[in-house]
Amino acid sequence: MGGITLEEMSDEYFDVLKELGNIGAGNATTALSQMMQCKVDMSVPQVKLIEFKELGQLMGGEEIIMAGIYLAIEGDVAGSIMFLLEKQAARHLVNKLMGTSVEGEEFSEMEFSALKEVGNIITAAYLNSLASLTNLALHPSVPDLTVDMAGAILSVPAIEFGALGDKMLLIQTQFFDDMVLDGYFILVPNLDSYGKILSALGLV
Amino acid sequence: MGNVIKVGMADLNVCVSPDSITTLGLGSCVGIAIRDPVTKIGGLAHVMLPDSTTIRNNTNIPKFADTGIEELVKRVVAKGANRGRLVAKIAGGAQMFAFQSKNDMVRVGERNVEAAKRKLAQLRIPVLAQDTGKNYGRTVIFYPETGDYVIRAVGKPENII
Repeated sequence: MGGITLEEMSDEYFDVLKELGNIGAGNATTALSQMMQCKVDMSVPQVKLIEFKELGQLMGGEEIIMAGIYLAIEGDVAGSIMFLLEKQAARHLVNKLMGTSVEGEEFSEMEFSALKEVGNIITAAYLNSLASLTNLALHPSVPDLTVDMAGAILSVPAIEFGALGDKMLLIQTQFFDDMVLDGYFILVPNLDSYGKILSALGLV
Repeated sequence: MGNVIKVGMADLNVCVSPDSITTLGLGSCVGIAIRDPVTKIGGLAHVMLPDSTTIRNNTNIPKFADTGIEELVKRVVAKGANRGRLVAKIAGGAQMFAFQSKNDMVRVGERNVEAAKRKLAQLRIPVLAQDTGKNYGRTVIFYPETGDYVIRAVGKPENII
């Protein structure tokens, strides 16, 4: 069983992926809350299948500056995962984590690596829940972080999805502590990975 | 000042001076701008992948450098540009993330640029200038009136090629 593409996926399978997205984002929220040592709430994530052309507008424009954390997944399922956070939200998280109140536009090297760690923990929590639900081995690589235009960052997962079809799967989550932080997860499995995930859950 | 026509990801369009044409936040994708300097008719393609022939699902023409450039040329000629006078400029093809992966998707920016140049050479359209590679995103605006290709990046001065 392999080669299920997003376009060919039935509503039932899509609902399963949505639910996995939900649980993953929930776990990520818990991890975030532990790291920040404060209560973090999460809205019900929205899972959407979107066309590349709509990507930019969705996050408030292709030129919105965002922090993007990207890492490869190896193991039973291969692919990659990206976590995106609006720049102001990234600044807020870094300040909170480091006990500072910087308002600057740029991130220092220290702040950059703190942000990378935030991304690492969030994506790892996400992957762990996926791994334990499916009993599949998922090993994340060392993450890389970039702060740039949303369109440019999104081109990376879009290109990976682009090799398979014309749409991508986006999980949008809002986190709240004392401000609203919009976060986005993008999971990019390889061609045969959806099939593997669904069959690991006993669905196909 | 004319209108600014917007081109999305995996998309292309044509325009006639005084209008200009733009695409926002190019990352590893490549923005190929062509024009006929006499009629001042131009076009822009925002391609994502180098080669349509290696991919099963390849019906989206503007997504690939090979089919996208072919279509772009067809469209500007249909609008009234002279095929023999066309010239090109290219931008984008960055490597946004540094991590090492086993697949060749990592070098996709570089491969997109190579594929675009290969296709343009095959069609005998000279590449007058390029601003490609590196590790940051670019917003581009192309003016068929002058042939100026304006490139904006975060925290960098505007570059006109």
